[in-house]
Amino acid sequence: MTERERKETRSGESESTVAAEETTGSDQGEALTDRIDDILDEIDTVLEENAEEFVKNYVQKGGE
Amino acid sequence: MTSDSQQKVLGTETEFGITVLNQPDFNPVAAASTLVNSYAGKRARIKWSFDEESPGRDARGFGFDLTPSFDMESGLVNVVLGNGARFYVDHAHPEYSSPESADPLEAALYDKAGEVVLARAVQAAQELLAEGQRFIIHKNNSDGKGNSYGAHENYLMSRALPFGMVVSHMTGFFATRQIFTGSGKVGAENGRPDVDFQITQRADFFEEEVGLETTLKRPIINTRDEPHADPSKYRRLHVIIGDANLSEVQTYLKLGATTAMLHAVEADVLPEALTIANPVDAVWKISHDPTLRTTIEMEDGRFMTALEAQWQYLEWVGKYINESDFSDTFLNVMTVWEEILADLEKDPALTADRLDWTAKQRLMEGYRARDDLGWDAPKLRLLDLQYHDVDPQRGLYNRLAAAGHIRRLFTDEQVATAVRKPPEGTRAYFRGECVTRFGDALVAANWDSLVFDIGEESLRRVPMMEPLRGGKDRVGELLDRVETPAELLQALGGNDD
Repeated sequence: MTERERKETRSGESESTVAAEETTGSDQGEALTDRIDDILDEIDTVLEENAEEFVKNYVQKGGE
Repeated sequence: MTSDSQQKVLGTETEFGITVLNQPDFNPVAAASTLVNSYAGKRARIKWSFDEESPGRDARGFGFDLTPSFDMESGLVNVVLGNGARFYVDHAHPEYSSPESADPLEAALYDKAGEVVLARAVQAAQELLAEGQRFIIHKNNSDGKGNSYGAHENYLMSRALPFGMVVSHMTGFFATRQIFTGSGKVGAENGRPDVDFQITQRADFFEEEVGLETTLKRPIINTRDEPHADPSKYRRLHVIIGDANLSEVQTYLKLGATTAMLHAVEADVLPEALTIANPVDAVWKISHDPTLRTTIEMEDGRFMTALEAQWQYLEWVGKYINESDFSDTFLNVMTVWEEILADLEKDPALTADRLDWTAKQRLMEGYRARDDLGWDAPKLRLLDLQYHDVDPQRGLYNRLAAAGHIRRLFTDEQVATAVRKPPEGTRAYFRGECVTRFGDALVAANWDSLVFDIGEESLRRVPMMEPLRGGKDRVGELLDRVETPAELLQALGGNDD
């Protein structure tokens, strides 16, 4: 698709494109929410041990 | 093809959080130095020359106002990489400054390559640690205890543009773009009102509207004016109000929308400036409301949400981009920008596959529900940190992306190539290729020059004052033709590029 065609498509069909994307986004969002629980168990296995100690000791110097 | 005037050179600088597990005498400067040196290994050590740097120069024209401790501590450990990037120790952090790119999508790729550089540095340095110890590197901006370190963006701009135009248009843009630039954070810092979870890591630390500082009293518009290029033609907009992002889509959108906005400001096509009555308060108030409902009072008495402001910017900038001769990248940036705003408006959680703050929030809500955790639970603070770990296995962003919960723009192979090879459209190409091909003869490098030692009485300096020159189209054939640095310098002759 040339740049010009793409621009014409965008300006001509922007409303229907947005509508279609919203539907996709919504379905995707729900599916992702369902699947997020599956990954918590996986993440448990890599989390640093002793969260309280780790967080307490995490001190950075300022930068920039 | 776009003309030079529609190419805006840009890049990112990231200071990474650093710690060593189980090391009681941990010293961040020593640790960061070890990391950078280990990555450099036996490669030629090329000195970073500060000759052309002047971080005290002020864009408002105030001349020099150096703060005392600005650079020399960082001059000690410095590596120039084959991809044209700079990898060094800044203050107490390892820092990766991406090579100059002329395309926001490519700039996002080179930003991601920095994470791989750090992850590899950790591997290289691991053998120097005692048993049970481990380097941990976070691409984040806050330790949750009031200490912040930066993720800066740099955009080359025309010197002809009055700086006041940048201030009047970009202040509102920066305050409101936070809704798609934030990496998320538990709690508040720096004396701001308490909050469970906020959109950005950095908002709490901005205390001025305009200024030269970067380490205290941070300003929304930073005036450091150090173009690393011909100062009569260019200024560099040094943007310090942004979070380090892990999401590739988010980095791309942040860089792309900001670049497009700057093009529109330079072209003077924005019908009006959206002027916020109190921008400093607006920055943290917007960040403190993940529901995005907070309204901000404008100077003309109107109230707007950050989303409404961003829709307005998108409409103005999108019109200009669509009607002008910009590359496909910019047309795509407009599409992504629109999709993100539409999803944020409908339900911010819909963006959890593209934005760090909503991805992090979703992860935390998952833990809160499963383990019945309050927002003050240490485990949530740990998740907040470990989301940013650059380790491919331990980093929670990396786990979410690998499991398909976060969309990617690049393959691992593309990122690995970007660690090795420079962007082809800017002088970073010449710098990176010279490091790879003639590293032994390079004694110093800088953004705008290379210094060679080819065994002659004096060193030979090659200035590169035009960031868009020195790309593959100009020097690729030459680099392929010559076999030695002496031949290269002879072929370059008296040319300045």
